[in-house]
Amino acid sequence: MPSSLNRVIRHHLAALRMLLVFTVITGIAYPLVVVGIAQAAFPHQANGSLIKDRGRPVASSLIGQNFNLPLNKGQTSPQPDRKWFQPRPSAAGTTGYDPTSSGASNLGPNNPDLVAVIKARRAAVAAFDGVPPSSVPVDAVTASGSGLDPDISPAYAYEQVNRVAKAWGLNRPAVRKLVADHIQGRNLGFLGQDRVNVVELNHDLAASK
Amino acid sequence: MNNTLAGWLQVIALVGALALSYRPLGDYLAHILTSPRHWRVERLVYRAGGVDGDADQPWPAYLRSVLAFFLVSLLFLYGFLRLQNHLLLSLGMKAVKPDLAFNTAASFVTNTNWQNYSGESTMGHLVQMAGLAVQNFVSAAVGIGVVAALIRGFTRKKTDRVGNFWVDLTRVVLRVLLPVSFVFALVLVAGGVIENFHGIQSITTIAGEHQSLTGGPVASQEAIKELGTNGGGFYNANSSHPFENPNPFTNWLEIYLLLVIGFALPRTFGKMVGDNRQGYAIVAVMALIWASSVAIVTANELHSVSSSAGHLAGGMMEGKEQRFGIWASALFAVSTTLTSCGAVNSFHDSYTPGGGGMTIFNMMLGEIAPGGTGSGLYGILILAVVAVFVAGLMVGRTPEYLGKKLRGQEMKYASLYILTTPAIVLVGAGLAMALPGERAAMLNHGPHGFSEVLYAFTSAANNNGSAFAGLSANTVWYNTALGLAMILGRFLPMVFVLALAGSLASQQPVPVTAGTLPTHRPQFVGLLTGVILIVVGLTYFPALALGPLAEGLH
Repeated sequence: MPSSLNRVIRHHLAALRMLLVFTVITGIAYPLVVVGIAQAAFPHQANGSLIKDRGRPVASSLIGQNFNLPLNKGQTSPQPDRKWFQPRPSAAGTTGYDPTSSGASNLGPNNPDLVAVIKARRAAVAAFDGVPPSSVPVDAVTASGSGLDPDISPAYAYEQVNRVAKAWGLNRPAVRKLVADHIQGRNLGFLGQDRVNVVELNHDLAASK
Repeated sequence: MNNTLAGWLQVIALVGALALSYRPLGDYLAHILTSPRHWRVERLVYRAGGVDGDADQPWPAYLRSVLAFFLVSLLFLYGFLRLQNHLLLSLGMKAVKPDLAFNTAASFVTNTNWQNYSGESTMGHLVQMAGLAVQNFVSAAVGIGVVAALIRGFTRKKTDRVGNFWVDLTRVVLRVLLPVSFVFALVLVAGGVIENFHGIQSITTIAGEHQSLTGGPVASQEAIKELGTNGGGFYNANSSHPFENPNPFTNWLEIYLLLVIGFALPRTFGKMVGDNRQGYAIVAVMALIWASSVAIVTANELHSVSSSAGHLAGGMMEGKEQRFGIWASALFAVSTTLTSCGAVNSFHDSYTPGGGGMTIFNMMLGEIAPGGTGSGLYGILILAVVAVFVAGLMVGRTPEYLGKKLRGQEMKYASLYILTTPAIVLVGAGLAMALPGERAAMLNHGPHGFSEVLYAFTSAANNNGSAFAGLSANTVWYNTALGLAMILGRFLPMVFVLALAGSLASQQPVPVTAGTLPTHRPQFVGLLTGVILIVVGLTYFPALALGPLAEGLH
């Protein structure tokens, strides 16, 4: 018996040594080399596509942000700020757009809570932007998968032009033009769908003032 | 360009890219799985590991190596997760608690990558890259090794030898997975996926709020996560997270990567058995099932079928990203649930009953169209054995496949393979529904809640790893039960596959006669597809009726 036990132990030790070899190759060397090359060749992307103001990062152009008014005393849920283009609803974290807590609502397609929240969002967005509820686009009333979606549809961006222009005291055609300049088409002409990056749009809006 | 045309073009471009990869990748895999020559670096690996690279193992020895490697991997990863707070680059993350560490270790070692944690708040960088991502490589290679042993069972005669596990493992990692991942990791970085060692970076946002941006070596892990059909995301939101999947091009690339090995392996099979037509027949069945599933899920999502929330919102965009839209989300969802990958770029829990139900059905098929790396091909070959056997029964003659007789012994192994996974799924889901505490973990109520539980056990036992993520499964009971489901669902089938390989290898081939069923013609493609649908349909219909079907008809 001891000899067969020895064999089993030897066998598992060999397996462990093989695992350690692969840990060094695929778990240490591989990511270190990729990080090294990525940092040298594509530093902007590798570090999160940051947008900087006077040298300080204010956003990643890939990660959505909240554009809300500061909370008043006694308020629990923040109100959207009229002067910013608003992003999609977010289920990431308690206040939305929290990158340390990415994720979706996971509410089912017939969940009464989801039905109620879509109704409420539609009414709120329509009132906020001064448009009929039926014209509010789908991305304005649904939460994204990541909760960090930086994009909205061109339709939702155009819907917000009047409100934003008024809040900044800008003329509407100028703001419409800004939106038009920010529409990203499909990659290679057929991948994905048209979108407007709200983070970049708001950043350029503030810079244009 | 309108949405429909663009959507079709995405699918067509994907099919085209996969078709172009079929021959070169399949032939290359066949070459490395049969070549007698070792690379010098491989000899170094064998020496460092203390294994004999020139041994040819009988099937029980091959199996013992698989299981020994599994066991040390499980314990190593468990220890890593439990001790991560003492290691470098932990970012201040705490040690992972025991039940979650067991679940996560089982999950990555079995190529499932079910995640009951969210990466950004649980895992430091070192455990992600040197613990979890290592298993992304080796667990994928183990699957390819096992299918290589099965194919050798068909090609060899009167022997008990089915190959060398350590050689298969090493060659697949070093000659395929590592170089391909390396190239695509850099392509993903160029597309915007992050690759750094930053921790959490606090910024003041444009509107003057605070936001914490997360860092990490994401691209290097992303590439192998898709290529090895692992699916475990760096972040909780997986491939819907903009740092993992920033734009529609990276998205298309990720779908391609998670399908490419699975769809090329039938070529490897055809090449190794010396008849490429056998590979075409198998890949035709895979493609047929995949294409039908894409059509069904896309149609359900586009038309918000049986979804009151979707009709009210004006579309099924809950849980989906604006940059991808319905088409690219549905394409990802189908591909990930038919491959045992389990990465997601949208959240299936919020899909229509038909679309979400189809993702469950995809996994129930046993991950065979094209399935996980290696496991997909051995899964469909087992079903091919059953199909040949059924045809043999119809005409009353001893069935044979590729010159090997399918006798009682072979059919016993094939039948046990087919019974294992459904038994784990149905017993597990049944137990969870019978226990009030576990039932309460459902986020949604009614049939949709049952679908969450059914999805969880289907995903675990089939080593998929995606979820109807509303289920709060990070409890001691679910961590343990799903962990066991993953381990049994991975290794019991492997036992039967290797036993079958040994049994086939020991046979003297029989000559082809006029009575032999040709297994490369459209007739066989139809027969195999029919057998797959009937076996799965009969097994799971009652469970599906209680979940997605009940919800869809409501």
